[in-house]
Amino acid sequence: MSIGWYLAVSAIIFGIGTAGVLTRRNPLVILLCLELMLNAGNLALVAFSRMYGNEAGQIFALIVMVVAACEVTVGLGLLVAISRRKLPIDVDKLRELNG
Amino acid sequence: MSQVLFFIAAIGALVAAGAVVLLRNAFYSVLALVAHLVCLAVLFLLLRAEFVAAAQVVIYAGAVMVLYVFVVAYIGDTDEVTAGSGVLRILGPLFALALTVELLIALLGSGLSGITGKGAAYRTGFGTPAHIGRLFLVNYLFPFEVASLLLLVAAVGAVVLARRRRGTLDLSPEMEAFATELRPEFTGTTAEGVGIRRVYRQLEAANARVKRISESGGVDEPDDAEQPAPTGVTAGTATPPDVAADTHDAEEER
Repeated sequence: MSIGWYLAVSAIIFGIGTAGVLTRRNPLVILLCLELMLNAGNLALVAFSRMYGNEAGQIFALIVMVVAACEVTVGLGLLVAISRRKLPIDVDKLRELNG
Repeated sequence: MSQVLFFIAAIGALVAAGAVVLLRNAFYSVLALVAHLVCLAVLFLLLRAEFVAAAQVVIYAGAVMVLYVFVVAYIGDTDEVTAGSGVLRILGPLFALALTVELLIALLGSGLSGITGKGAAYRTGFGTPAHIGRLFLVNYLFPFEVASLLLLVAAVGAVVLARRRRGTLDLSPEMEAFATELRPEFTGTTAEGVGIRRVYRQLEAANARVKRISESGGVDEPDDAEQPAPTGVTAGTATPPDVAADTHDAEEER
């Protein structure tokens, strides 16, 4: 398959992830949709890496995975803290930063 | 063959991505994301990125998703349905659609000659762990070390954020001594894990029950002078309120 197909799939996945981030209210699902967007970026990076025959794109994709893991860790830690304080798990209600 | 595999994996990835967004239950969303990641790993394999595909399955679909499943189980199901105000409900998907079209135009209309081709000529060992490892330790050593430092910072941050916080309720000194001393048996670690407020509530419930039983024991005492039986009753029935309070709290958490 030509590289363009992979890039098209990556763009559509990114769009789906954006729609999820914009429409869902549960922060957990928003984190999942962020994962979708990061993975779409990874797919594009790996596709470009194949296109140029250069492995730097795969290195970049691995670093993106590391950053995504960090983001998930901190985000889920925040979620656990929120649920422990019995606050609503809803981004529309979690508007104020002063606790 | 590779075309068939590409279409199976691509359609699987797109359907799973849609399921992540559309499913109402957060647990099913996590499972859909696992399916999506596995399909993406197949696409990575088709692009000859063996190590990235393996890391995707092992780290992402394995470790990170287990973390998600644990947190979903901890938080429980929230009855979240749709987005808030009416304008945003329409504008959100519209914006996402516009962004997708824009990205497709930008990527496919970029005029890069390689986009219509199948990629550069295959070199032996392209994307294998040996090559990636050498690149990480020779050409990209600094990003590698920064990534490890970032992981450490994230781990410390998660521990700080999710640690238990004691003393959310202001107790008088004698009440606090009571709460820490007269803890019901076998509830120590759980009670400490959720903070002092719940211990206080459990103790209150247990205490009320014990008082009532001792009164009835005082009534029962003239009938049979046997002392161990009433204490056995108090010891035996003092635990159910804890269990009841526990399940009540668990229901409240959900």
